[in-house]
Amino acid sequence: MTDMSENIAELKTELTSIVEAANDLSSLEQAKITALGKKGKITGLMKTLGSMSAEERKMTGQALNELKNEIGALIGKQESALKRQVMDEKLATETIDVTLSTRPERQGHIHPISQTLEELITIFADMGFSVAEGSDIEDDWHNFTALNFPPGHPAREMQDTFFLPEDPDEKDEYAKKLLRTHTSSVQIRHMKENKPPIRMICFGRTYRSDYDMTHTPMFHQLEGLVIDEKTHMGHLKGCLRDFCEAYFEIDNLPMQFRPSFFPFVEPGAEVDIGCSREGGGLKIGAAKENGKSDWLEILGCGMVHPNVLKSCGIDPDVYQGFAFGMGVERIAMLKYGIPDLRTFFDSDTRWLDHYGFDPLGRPNRAFGG
Amino acid sequence: MKFTLSWLKDHLETDAALETITDKLTDLGLELEGVEDRAESFKDFTVAYVEIAEKHPDADRLKVCVVDTGSEKLQIVCGAPNARAGMKGVFAPVGSYIPGTDMTLKKGVIRGQESNGMLVSEREMGLSEDHEGIIDVTDQDPELGTAFAALYGMDDPVIEICLTPNRADCTGVRGIARDLAASGLGKMKDLDSTPVKGSFKSPIDVRLEFDKDMVEACPIFIGRSIKNVKNGPSPDWMQNRLTAIGLRPISALVDITNYMSFCLGRPLHVFDADKLKGNIHVRLAKKGEKLAALNDKTYELDDFMTAVCDDSGVIGLGGVIGGEATGCTDDTTNVYLEVAYFDPARTAKTGRALQIESDARYRFERGIDPDFVVPAAEIATRMLLDLCGGEPGEIVQAGNVPDWKRAIEFDPAYTKKLAGIDIDEKEQKLILENLGFEVSGKSVTPPSWRGDINGRADLVEEVIRVYGYDNIEPVSMPKLTSVTVNAETPSLTRARKARSAMAVRGMNECITWSFMGRDLADKFGTQDIQTAAQMKIMNPINAELDQMRPSILPNLIEATGKNRDKGFPDSALFEVGPCFVSSKPDGQALVATGVRSGSAGPKHWSGAENARSFDAFDVKSDAMAVLESCGAPTKSLQVTRDAPDWYHPGRSGVMRLGPNVIARFGEIHPAILDDMGIKENVCGFEVLLDNIPVAKKKTGPARPLLELSPLQPVKRDFAFIVDNSVDAETLVRAAKAADKNLISYAEIFDVYTGEGVEQGKKSVALNVTLQPKKQTLTDAELETVAEKIIGNITSKTGGQLRS
Repeated sequence: MTDMSENIAELKTELTSIVEAANDLSSLEQAKITALGKKGKITGLMKTLGSMSAEERKMTGQALNELKNEIGALIGKQESALKRQVMDEKLATETIDVTLSTRPERQGHIHPISQTLEELITIFADMGFSVAEGSDIEDDWHNFTALNFPPGHPAREMQDTFFLPEDPDEKDEYAKKLLRTHTSSVQIRHMKENKPPIRMICFGRTYRSDYDMTHTPMFHQLEGLVIDEKTHMGHLKGCLRDFCEAYFEIDNLPMQFRPSFFPFVEPGAEVDIGCSREGGGLKIGAAKENGKSDWLEILGCGMVHPNVLKSCGIDPDVYQGFAFGMGVERIAMLKYGIPDLRTFFDSDTRWLDHYGFDPLGRPNRAFGG
Repeated sequence: MKFTLSWLKDHLETDAALETITDKLTDLGLELEGVEDRAESFKDFTVAYVEIAEKHPDADRLKVCVVDTGSEKLQIVCGAPNARAGMKGVFAPVGSYIPGTDMTLKKGVIRGQESNGMLVSEREMGLSEDHEGIIDVTDQDPELGTAFAALYGMDDPVIEICLTPNRADCTGVRGIARDLAASGLGKMKDLDSTPVKGSFKSPIDVRLEFDKDMVEACPIFIGRSIKNVKNGPSPDWMQNRLTAIGLRPISALVDITNYMSFCLGRPLHVFDADKLKGNIHVRLAKKGEKLAALNDKTYELDDFMTAVCDDSGVIGLGGVIGGEATGCTDDTTNVYLEVAYFDPARTAKTGRALQIESDARYRFERGIDPDFVVPAAEIATRMLLDLCGGEPGEIVQAGNVPDWKRAIEFDPAYTKKLAGIDIDEKEQKLILENLGFEVSGKSVTPPSWRGDINGRADLVEEVIRVYGYDNIEPVSMPKLTSVTVNAETPSLTRARKARSAMAVRGMNECITWSFMGRDLADKFGTQDIQTAAQMKIMNPINAELDQMRPSILPNLIEATGKNRDKGFPDSALFEVGPCFVSSKPDGQALVATGVRSGSAGPKHWSGAENARSFDAFDVKSDAMAVLESCGAPTKSLQVTRDAPDWYHPGRSGVMRLGPNVIARFGEIHPAILDDMGIKENVCGFEVLLDNIPVAKKKTGPARPLLELSPLQPVKRDFAFIVDNSVDAETLVRAAKAADKNLISYAEIFDVYTGEGVEQGKKSVALNVTLQPKKQTLTDAELETVAEKIIGNITSKTGGQLRS
């Protein structure tokens, strides 16, 4: 009896020291065989159980099972530790220079004009405007006459026009082809095809024969039009105030509406926003030290001229509304600090990388910049 | 339009400060461009007396002077030959800025003598080129310390406004004064236009020779002879004003006509009467008639132009320019004054046709005051007599003042409706009356000088611009829908998605001109000569920008070249924009175009793959990405080899959906690149966004149900030997066709030619994935599919399974 329990205790001490002495996986495997293998020491003692009395067998069997479990757990623990040691040794040889540059990935950009246009669309969409489109090549009637530019009127010379050959399939003013000098022609087409109420914006390429420091023969405009029965100049001011504050991201932006002339509106106005030019830079929304703002012209607008409504078959005694227009390059330059208009069209990759926009961060009024 | 403050005050009695006046101008719609206060810029320069002027001890040409500025005596060294003791000149102290030399004066020592300032010449003051000597004002004997600006009549601030083309009435100072007076800034002063009695009958008659329906070309013409005038320089006050606004004084007779233009917005003409032959005839010109004009150019006239003639022929172009032969000179003693009204549209057309920009045309084409012909003739006569003396003849009047009166409904409530501001009816009436409108009951008659006022809306503008736009309360736009509507059109949505797709793939968006040179356009898809002719800009900026673009590729290729020339050879550029097919409203197509050139990345430690050159497959991927982004059913795409001839014949393709071409891609033809001066390989693609079919939405935004099989897919590889000419796509299609339900994927993973493969053939390896859906495939089933794949491919391509 006592012999047997002493034997088991001795065996435990012996096996424990064998397992603990195993310092690599193969000697551990050897230890495992020695302890638990078919010819192992625990198994050997198990075999003696058959010759014991029932009571003795019960006690010894229990003790041997306990020993088997203990040694098995010890081997598992030792195995994990040895495996971890092996891995650590391997990892120690696997060091990379994490300061090396990443694999090059080309970063593409959205042109500031596209970005600005999308910003404008989101703002005006919030105010209930939807987009209408038209073609760049227009005729004299849609570009001028319908917009209350009488033939030969000096107002036509405010806009140096590119002309294309006459269209032999059309007559008179419809035959005179030109590159639209403003997107207002889209408003005309829209009014002819749609009945009030109208709330639309249109934008795109416009063309004037002018090429110097501050003019390019092609540029972009965005225009808006509202026609219904009661939209008045107060709405025009409110709409443009809300727009400017949203676009420039400045609350209470100082603004000034002053009388001006465009043949297609009456009354007409130009809109200035307050800025400071002190210290050489341009700061939008800022006032000078004396509290007064310098003014910066950013758009033209007015109440749609009754003659324009008539041209489009809309009764000016019933309907009225406003129109506005702005140069997209200009407001992009102002917001994003782009100094030279001509560079917009140079396709210089350095410029595009610098002034372009991340394609994943497109404008959405609900989300942050 | 420029004028001076004192000039304005000739017409406007006001004690308003300059800034109040200039602010008000902008408020009224006469936008201030700038104020030049020359008294301020010249404030350092004053009259000084030269007490002593002695030869410099060490320099023959220099003098050492002592000048008395009135406040101190200073030694200066002067090199002017006319410097002498006892003279009065203009002194510039140390620290003053000399405009003519663009230098700030410093204290100096010149050959050992101290110099504390200088006496200036006209050139140093930026007044003229005169540098013969210093300015000598001894004769005028001004007090010491008198401001130089005052002495030269430059102490009068010059105001410039930006005049909109509707405001003909403000092309003269008096019209501007009238607007300011109406806005409450002062009172108008009277203008004496009472008749000047003629002392003799006019020896020259005027005849208007127009057909009845052409009378409006020149409805009224006033002529007047004035004898024994003396021409010469005009008085200083007139010269100063003309100079201040940028005109060059010439002689009294010429200066008077310019002065009348800018003072009263009333251009007129003075002939040398001794050079006139017979009477004045005003008629339409005959085609081919010639006029040698006052600007030293000769013009060939057309039959719509209004010609002022004498018995010998044309002597002037009505409303535009006078003739050289009958112009006034210093010797002129007898003159003939012309004051007429010329039709705005005809004047504009004439001026534009002959490209003559004159102060007369500027005014006539905007429409001068038709009721101010006779009064202007009297004012001009009086001014002429004042400045040049002489004896006036009786006035000759041909024709009559055209009927300019028109009534407009006075509807004070409309101001509220249109402008959104409540202005009392009495106040509205008062504003209109102050502007010269006659208001009687419900009717308004605009004044003769406001030809631009034609309707109710015009009256609203008049009222509110005087009342103040600032007083209109802004109102936010009322919401039409509680949630923002989709504002984009389908084509805008496509363009936006296409841009994102390309930028995400590392391409930079460009915006390039819609026009290009004809030769480039011809290389990239000009359809035919006739179309090309219709797409030509008749007045281009230059010959490189004279044709509407049929393709964006040339612009991007050129941009690639320019970037390369600047040292940036690797570029990936794109543009989404219009290409032009015809000048009709539907002749414009939206095309997403991209170009890649150079290497896909810089040299890099991670391996050569980064630095490989872009090739046709990069741009094929680009095109596919654009198509995917726009919702095109890319699985149904067919790729063929028939790309247009601006692409490499063997390395390019066309993508079609059914019969419609929706994209083209490939290497750009090397011959074209060569012509464009581009040495490196360039790949490009064009996606015709308009040709992508709109996705049908039977179920709305809902997607078809996703059925995920619990069973593992099975992969099988096959290799075939096929002819070189066999398209990869044919092979893949044949494989997929073997069992459309079971085969979820088939793609080529290796193409090999060379050793072990017969010449003219290639080995193509294919990976096929089978996705069982209901139960695991048995070996027999697998074998059946594999045999079907092999069978299909062999029959479609004539190839052999590689053993």
